[in-house]
Amino acid sequence: MTSVINIVFAGLGGQGVLTASDICAEAAFRAGLDVKKSEIHGMSQRGGSVSSDVRIGPSVASPMVPAGQADYLVVLDETQVELNRPMLRAGGVLLSPAELPGGVEALPNRKCLNVAMLGALASHLDIDPAHWLDAVAAHLPQNLLEMNRQAFTQGHAAAK
Amino acid sequence: MADVPTKLLSGNEAVAAAARACGVHLGTGYPGTPSTEILENFALLEGPGTAQWCPNEKVALEVGLGAAFAGARVVVTMKHVGVNVAADPLFTAAHTGVVGGLVLVAADDPGMHSSQNEQDTRHFARAAGVPMFEPADSQEAYDYFDAAMRLSEQFQIPVLLRVTTRVCHSKSLVELNPLSAPAREIGFQRDPRTLVMIPAYAKSAHVRLREKLNRIASCAAACELATTADGDGELGIITSGVAYQHAREADPDASILKLGLTWPLPMETIRDFVDVVGRCVVIEEGDDILARDLRAAGLAVQNKPEPFEFGELTVPRVQAILAGEATDPPAPETTAKPKPPQLCPGCPHRTTFELLRDRGCIVAGDIGCYTLGTLPPFNAMDTCVCMGASIGVGLGLRRVLPAEQASKVVSVIGDSTFMHSGLTGLADMVYNGPAHLVLILDNATTAMTGLQEHPGTGRSLSHQPAGQVVLEDACRGLGVHNVHIVDPMTQRDQLAELIDRYLAEPAPAVIIARRTCLLAAGKIRQYEKASDDACQDTVPQA
Repeated sequence: MTSVINIVFAGLGGQGVLTASDICAEAAFRAGLDVKKSEIHGMSQRGGSVSSDVRIGPSVASPMVPAGQADYLVVLDETQVELNRPMLRAGGVLLSPAELPGGVEALPNRKCLNVAMLGALASHLDIDPAHWLDAVAAHLPQNLLEMNRQAFTQGHAAAK
Repeated sequence: MADVPTKLLSGNEAVAAAARACGVHLGTGYPGTPSTEILENFALLEGPGTAQWCPNEKVALEVGLGAAFAGARVVVTMKHVGVNVAADPLFTAAHTGVVGGLVLVAADDPGMHSSQNEQDTRHFARAAGVPMFEPADSQEAYDYFDAAMRLSEQFQIPVLLRVTTRVCHSKSLVELNPLSAPAREIGFQRDPRTLVMIPAYAKSAHVRLREKLNRIASCAAACELATTADGDGELGIITSGVAYQHAREADPDASILKLGLTWPLPMETIRDFVDVVGRCVVIEEGDDILARDLRAAGLAVQNKPEPFEFGELTVPRVQAILAGEATDPPAPETTAKPKPPQLCPGCPHRTTFELLRDRGCIVAGDIGCYTLGTLPPFNAMDTCVCMGASIGVGLGLRRVLPAEQASKVVSVIGDSTFMHSGLTGLADMVYNGPAHLVLILDNATTAMTGLQEHPGTGRSLSHQPAGQVVLEDACRGLGVHNVHIVDPMTQRDQLAELIDRYLAEPAPAVIIARRTCLLAAGKIRQYEKASDDACQDTVPQA
């Protein structure tokens, strides 16, 4: 990885957008990369639109992805795609639940959508899958790990 | 040197880790986005010091000050508007100074993601006369906390650590190096000339404060943290905090003077920098403070145009400033609108706002989740200013409005907000009148900031059993004779009748609409079960 990769996660409050960005940042950290992650929480996110930026690379300065410079836009709710599309650079990759074969219903649990979308993202990034799974384990309760591992694998396979 | 662990931490987690590594004896504060997680994380980390939520920021600083008078190391945390509440002790604490070390972490919210105003805490450093540090990322949040604590102990002065949303809630790598240890033994030494601010003593205290600030300005510590990044020398940028990160990225070739200690200003270092660069631009997030100070000192620096005083800085905005643009770069085009925040489905506040809406009430509101009662479908909040203002504003409206409108006025305040700043408003209602209706929306938690405890919950910051201020007892104790408690979910009709009664026949009244926040209910059951189990364990076996 020679330059900074910009990733924007977006969705609605309660979908696990911030957890997804935490796991992504953790995976990059475990892979030995510099990483910055920014989020907003509080009043403006109570049940409303949520987004979080992750920037990874050899050296990252600003924690925020500038508009129009996201290499990847990972959206957990289709209603939030258009709102966040301006974040994506020309030629950037949009990942949304529509990419998942069978959609959200095919996942072990709807709550695993964020981790499934991380699986889809992971297939585009040069980070060892082991780091991703370790990061998932570091951020989710033990009893939910198996279904999330499965969701990650489904997402990973879908995007290939 | 032995390897130190590196972790991916938010700025708030880094401050908490630094406070532990510095041997902080006591952490106090009141929850407020984006500062809340500092004390919560401090409490989770192992160490001898304790952390507590206080009823409000003024009390938090006063408790912290007492500990610092006794020689302790103290961290006090709050959001920017909390500093207004704590300003009274802060200004005079600058005069008394401290015996141990006291770092006040003030978290600004440029762009107002979760705040009622966009004030810039850097003004307080100048106004109160206290040193200020501004970290640019989590590593600096960790390192500067230690620097601030050492400076506080060395000069016996409270020190501000100003962080912002993008420092508090951004994660970056932190090397957890060992930090300094407390310099003083804990114990009280009588010293009324220093700690009792009667005018005779305060006069010399003010002089002493200015002398301290002059010494700090000229001491090495000021320059140690002012780092210069090499550039081509043509463009110079003076900056601090997260704005540095944007500036670094906006022009990788620029020479940058990043200030760590931002009050008092290391003026010699700044002058030397301005002398060697061509054009020099000040990149600061918030008000036009630093540029104004430098120009007042006769330095030829360029400030940002006024539109950039609003909201957060970003890399494109900094590029626009550096390019001499007078206005913001155009926002990316989209017709899509963000989904606004809203009260949760099943939130007990919903009932209350429906009732107030249907009665055409004029609602003086307050700070919390329930401020969302102002949005559709309720449209049932007409004013919101600051913590506790609902009661005073409601009384003022009642006082002057014509009878027909006055009879529709109610005040709405949350349980945590009432503990914070509602008691004195209620005292005014009892004392001055007019007869008025106050609704306390008691959801048994500080919901907006993430379900923190407060004096009314009877549990400590770490959710252990603690003393409890009973809301209804407090109201009656203040002299309100009409105090009613209803569950807005199961007793909707009773709530409606009570509101109607006091709107029709005004009397000083408090209705406590009591129903635990949906998000908190499960957690509270766990805390209660844990404390019940602990009690069982202590009962001697028969």
